[in-house]
Amino acid sequence: MVTFRLNGQPREVDVPSDTPLLWVLRDTVQLTGTKFGCGIGQCGACTVHLNGNPIRSCLTPISAVAGAEVTTIEGLSPEGDHPVQRAWVEEQVPQCGYCQSGQIMSAVALLAQTARPTDEDIDRAMTGNVCRCGTYNAIRRAIHRAAELSADAPVLAVEAEQGGDR
Amino acid sequence: MSDQRGVTEQAETEPAVDSGGVSRRTFIKVVSVAGVGLTLGVGYKVVTSSAGAPATDAAFAPDAWLRIGEDGVVTIMVDKSEMGQGITTALPQLVAEELEVPLERVAFAFAPAHPAYRTPPLGMQLTGGSTSVMSSWEPLRRVGATARLMLREAAAQRWGVSADQVRMAEGSAMHPDGSTLSYGELAVEAAAVVVPEDVPLKDPSEFRTIGTSAARLDIPLKTTGQAVFGVDAGPSDARVAVIARSPVFGGVLRSFDPAPALAVEGVDEVVEVAAGVAVVANGYWAAKKGRDALRIEWDEGEGSTLDDAEITRRFRAAVQAGGKAARDDGDVDVAMADAGISVSSTYSLPYLAHATMEPMNCTAVVEDGRCTVWAPTQFQDAPGFMGGGSRQAAAKAAGLDEDDVEVHTTFLGGGFGRRAELDFVREAAELASKVDGPVKVIWSREDDVQHDHYRPASYHELSAALDEAGRPIAWRHDMALQSIMENWIPGWLPKFVASWAGFLPGGVDPTSVEAAENHPYLIPNVRVSWADVPLPVPIGFWRSVGNSHNGFVVESFVDELAHAAGQDPYQYRRALLMDHPRHQAVLDAVAEVSGWNTVPPEGRARGIAVVNSFGSYVAEVAEVSVKAGKLRVHKVWCAIDCGVVVNPAIVRAQMESAIIYGLTAALYGRISIQGGRAVQSNFHDYPMLRMNDAPEVEVVLVPSGDPPGGVGEPGLPPAAPAVTNALFALTGQRVRDLPIQLGWRTSS
Repeated sequence: MVTFRLNGQPREVDVPSDTPLLWVLRDTVQLTGTKFGCGIGQCGACTVHLNGNPIRSCLTPISAVAGAEVTTIEGLSPEGDHPVQRAWVEEQVPQCGYCQSGQIMSAVALLAQTARPTDEDIDRAMTGNVCRCGTYNAIRRAIHRAAELSADAPVLAVEAEQGGDR
Repeated sequence: MSDQRGVTEQAETEPAVDSGGVSRRTFIKVVSVAGVGLTLGVGYKVVTSSAGAPATDAAFAPDAWLRIGEDGVVTIMVDKSEMGQGITTALPQLVAEELEVPLERVAFAFAPAHPAYRTPPLGMQLTGGSTSVMSSWEPLRRVGATARLMLREAAAQRWGVSADQVRMAEGSAMHPDGSTLSYGELAVEAAAVVVPEDVPLKDPSEFRTIGTSAARLDIPLKTTGQAVFGVDAGPSDARVAVIARSPVFGGVLRSFDPAPALAVEGVDEVVEVAAGVAVVANGYWAAKKGRDALRIEWDEGEGSTLDDAEITRRFRAAVQAGGKAARDDGDVDVAMADAGISVSSTYSLPYLAHATMEPMNCTAVVEDGRCTVWAPTQFQDAPGFMGGGSRQAAAKAAGLDEDDVEVHTTFLGGGFGRRAELDFVREAAELASKVDGPVKVIWSREDDVQHDHYRPASYHELSAALDEAGRPIAWRHDMALQSIMENWIPGWLPKFVASWAGFLPGGVDPTSVEAAENHPYLIPNVRVSWADVPLPVPIGFWRSVGNSHNGFVVESFVDELAHAAGQDPYQYRRALLMDHPRHQAVLDAVAEVSGWNTVPPEGRARGIAVVNSFGSYVAEVAEVSVKAGKLRVHKVWCAIDCGVVVNPAIVRAQMESAIIYGLTAALYGRISIQGGRAVQSNFHDYPMLRMNDAPEVEVVLVPSGDPPGGVGEPGLPPAAPAVTNALFALTGQRVRDLPIQLGWRTSS
């Protein structure tokens, strides 16, 4: 039995302790916004936040999550209007969309650390996230745009309110 | 259209349908009595099949594509698979334009697998060949226009005015006195209106939605984790299965011991299936652990000694032995013998995996003699005699009739041709027929990379002769590779008939030689041949198909000729394309936007390429540098003429997408064969281009009044040669084998 907080709510799951967080989210909790891409931490599709830090949930055993706060794409904002999500819509980033939950979670974590990221900051933070549709330039534009939107509104207010991520 | 008339006559003569008070149910009943559906025909013979359109509860559903409810919700049934190309926006734009309804008020739903959607040019419900907008361009505008006239007629009848007094705009009918009726209010009555024929369409000058970068309707779902992909779809109580497949292509199961798998916590059962051995569990993690724990003996068969060297040897031998002529203009041999300058080169390209971000998967349940499938598929439905699509494949695998199978298409986490294959559907349906309850088969990334239907590897020998002015007078291109189309020939069809039927016209696989046999350069003597080399490696359609290798080979070799002639590669091409104004226009556009005639920044060089594929013309210029032995692509300029543009932002995004996909292949892509199996298995050894390597991309849309061409694939073929041509300009190294290996010089 592992207890942790998921998107601001307490959760208790009874799964083998080596089960990756990804499959607890998808199969046990049935939150399917977090995606399976490679299973070896090479593509970033499964990125979620663990105590505010971006992690690859496919490599994170549930035992390592005990007592921690996990935030997924579903928990980013109640209305889907986190500044990063708004920027993603403004820049029309997604194509097939499969990698985008992971991209967004990585971008949110970047902006939490670096309010005005440079292109080099973006390269560093986002290179772990593969997009087969090639939306990289759109993602870069959207991150710069999200930085502007976040400057207008208190940064990551929603996540902070949920008591989780920061 | 005679079926269509049948509907109309029934509707006209059936009194119950005549008045405004008729219920939709009555109308449907009348129509089913007539034995035909409500399809509008829209010029499709295949659409007006006796199977009709799928059932619906919508108040107004004049055909298979449009649903209008009494609540006013306009739903476009999207019969193409959405795999990134924005089709859930482009198709609604077509309908909304003629229907006179704002796009923001349009919803979309994925059409079920159904014969009504077996549309030209493919005659199947299949998303591929960059045909989606091409094939929907006129029919879906007609869907909108026809429905608008029916709604207008309904309004006119309600108001007792003539139809031409009623103005249709913004999803409402407007009375001359200014009062309005919404489409929702008119839906029931519109359903009773006689379906008009030969409906006129707007002149392009009147377009208000078509040609605008309307926001994609699917993006809110894709930024919130709500979009349902295959791996997310189906009943929430579905169990998960992972399948062990023969690691050697063509191998078969000899024996297995399920005990170690069954010992894994969460594993329920182990089931033999055609593909191998399925481990069914309460979730992916248990199923995967169980699958990996299985003890299996495979009969590896004859394929187990196959490797890259052997494949190359067979390719060379096949070219030596001589292939089938795909094109034979003039007399190449005579022209070659007279040549002043001659150039010869050998090119080779590897197998490539699609590596869609969403690994293959499919969910199915078989209950009470019916099978329901949730599939991220590009190929829903096709006549059984043609081999069938997902619905027919699932029926066969589950031992059911196709009428007892329902296929729900989900969002696709990438397609690129991989999801036109039916293997993942077949195995889910078979497994569902053998276990209780719904089951979701998920492929690991390793399964996905090692059991793909790869872009075929290919080998090319080219030679050309130039006259004193450097113009090519002879061109010879002999290639060897496996045939994709041979896999698509229905089993019952004898091969000579298949040739006649268009699978292998003249005995040549058109997908093997495209962009080679039809290259546009003005050369009097041209011979292109293809040698079929059957191999056990599974192959299939990979984004841009034959254009992906021949575009590279032809555009590289033309570049070689330009340099041999001592001429500018852009001007050299341009002169040889004098009869091809659309090629010239994109070349000119890309030369201008890239500043081709200006000196590149220090340490950089540019390369150019142009390829016509899938009805569109694309020229690209790449600017590259090499630093510390590493190639960097700084920027790619792209000019496309894809005919009329429905959504410019989507076209630009597709160009950028195809360029990144093509560069990934050029820089990194290789599936090697060793011991009859794929060597690479995941992103660590089958790398992807990432954010830090992504070039800037600038796209120019060349205005055109021509009918729409494709956009999903045509951006890809010029990408690799633009880069390697730039590399030659920079370093003098001619890359003739992909992926690019710096400093690796091949024979010339």
